Amino acid sequence: MAVRPAIRLDGVHFTYPSGFGLAGIDLCIERGERVAILGPNGSGKTTLLKLMLGLLHPGQGTISFEGSDLGGMSRMAVARAIAMVPQELLLPYDLTVREVVLLGRTSYLSRYRGPADEDLEVVRAAMAAVDLLSSGGRPYNELSGGERQRVILAMALAQQPRLLLLDEPIRSLDLNHQIRMLSLIRELNVKRGLTVLSSMHDLNLSSLYFDRLVLLSSGRIVADGPPGEVIRPDTIHEVFGVSVLVARHPGLGIPWMTLAPDARDLLSTREDASEAHPYR
Amino acid sequence: MRQHSRSAHEIPPCPPLIKEGWGDFLPGIYVALSVLLLLALLIGIMQGAVTLSPVTILKILFRSAGISLGPVTWQGADETILLEIRLPRVLGAALVGAALATAGVLFQGLLRNPLADPYIIGTSAGAGFAATVAILMLPPASILGFGSVALSAFVGGLLAVLLVYRLARVDGRCSPVTLLLAGVVVNAVLGYLGSLSIVLFEGSEFRLRQVFTWLMGGIAVNDPRQLLAVGPIIVVGIIVAYGCGVSLNALTVGEEGARALGVDLDREARRIVMLGAMLTGAAVSISGLIGFLGLVVPHILRLLVGSDHRRLLPASALGGAALLVLADTAARSIAAPAELPVGIFTALLGGPLFLFLLRRNGKESGWR
Repeated sequence: MAVRPAIRLDGVHFTYPSGFGLAGIDLCIERGERVAILGPNGSGKTTLLKLMLGLLHPGQGTISFEGSDLGGMSRMAVARAIAMVPQELLLPYDLTVREVVLLGRTSYLSRYRGPADEDLEVVRAAMAAVDLLSSGGRPYNELSGGERQRVILAMALAQQPRLLLLDEPIRSLDLNHQIRMLSLIRELNVKRGLTVLSSMHDLNLSSLYFDRLVLLSSGRIVADGPPGEVIRPDTIHEVFGVSVLVARHPGLGIPWMTLAPDARDLLSTREDASEAHPYR
Repeated sequence: MRQHSRSAHEIPPCPPLIKEGWGDFLPGIYVALSVLLLLALLIGIMQGAVTLSPVTILKILFRSAGISLGPVTWQGADETILLEIRLPRVLGAALVGAALATAGVLFQGLLRNPLADPYIIGTSAGAGFAATVAILMLPPASILGFGSVALSAFVGGLLAVLLVYRLARVDGRCSPVTLLLAGVVVNAVLGYLGSLSIVLFEGSEFRLRQVFTWLMGGIAVNDPRQLLAVGPIIVVGIIVAYGCGVSLNALTVGEEGARALGVDLDREARRIVMLGAMLTGAAVSISGLIGFLGLVVPHILRLLVGSDHRRLLPASALGGAALLVLADTAARSIAAPAELPVGIFTALLGGPLFLFLLRRNGKESGWR
């Protein structure tokens, strides 16, 4: 029997009441893949992730998780198989790091008994995986942005998912923490075989850390493949309306993108402005 | 040097009393709260127009259970006062306090709002309107010791919550935010309908005092049988509420987050709303509208045991019971034989205690 894909979308349409949405999405993610979803703001990245988590239901088309219909799975069953790392997490009242990570066990806890030893062990392991073992008692709301992001990741790992969805996990992090987070995600994928699907904004970092890129534009997939096939001047111009130069990364050979010369328009405008300055 | 600065960074600047540990069960704080409740019950039984000594109380209690602890040294009236007046009243106060505090935790957690209280999604105005109409128009019938006012208040409160829940349900989904807004609106509309019925009803001025006394709240166990009806509802309600702790914890990360963590939010929201309404309705039927307690007790206990609902729910039930027993004892002793509104004392006891703990914890109220 062939290995069933981790998640598969066939002809998925979804429309918000405002009319905005996704149209005709066909996407198949194999187990163990590490995929970035790219696209301009409002292109449908987050919507796509929510559909895959069953938080939204497709108007047309089907989504199957490991061969079974996602819509037919209970919330509990979904939570034990698919975890989502949201963009940010604000708590209305403070919890400790350990308490937040323990929330990842929600779908395993019984109503009246406390967390079992196994739950605590999973929580401990999840905290160790993101290097937060010594911070268990700290209040979540006092952590830095980078630490919070790791706590949320640990919470997702505590669900013991087979598919990990991340919604722009490095959006509000500095360069150092961006690299740490992406390395961690890659490690989880390579060492533990966790299937990873993440929406991203930074094209170069996506090309560095992901094997497969899916480019969305206005609710449609316009490119899907390894970085070399997706990050091309024509596609980027078509989707983002920006002219770019694509070179090869000197060390890794992957595509490496920068603004194209006609971005001089921007620079010359700035020079004109400074020449016009009365005090120069 | 680097090591040093790191470890210094890891110590939170101003930790609440208990934050560490896995403890679902924090023996120390539960023992302390239980002792506080027992002391409050004892003081409540002793105090009143006639003061009873603890020894006499024990003897009477054991004698009524068929065990004799020596000769009868008290007057016959003492036994009647203890068994038929004090004990039902004090137990009633404990039940109402526990129910209101538990409902407060449920609604603050479900609605993710620190200003939520047990009455917020319709109970106060529903029960208030029904009680007002009953006082003005219904004959004082009685079922199981409950008068028509108590029964109307119970039913009115439940119906108002059902109405709010129906209004907040869109396409089979019930969002806590919509629930909160629908609750505020229904409370306002029913509140004015209550006022309107007072204005329109002829001869209402003769019963206004009764209406206002009811609206201000106060423990009124006229018949010990009332406790047999209210007690089981509240005790079972508190146990079922404890089981909602897992979902309430998950709701910390928001509605969508809770669904992602595996909570069937529509079902859980319905369960929590109905549970909160039953607890509040049962409490209201023997106490009218006692304000503030259901709001402040969860906050006080959150500062003491943290925000994990599986710790917060039982702790709040114990704390709410103790606070209301003490407040009720003060309300009926201080100006005896006159009885002051118990709300004054829940505010006087709970308010300063909350502010003290809040300042002790620095800027953190546990909420943000």
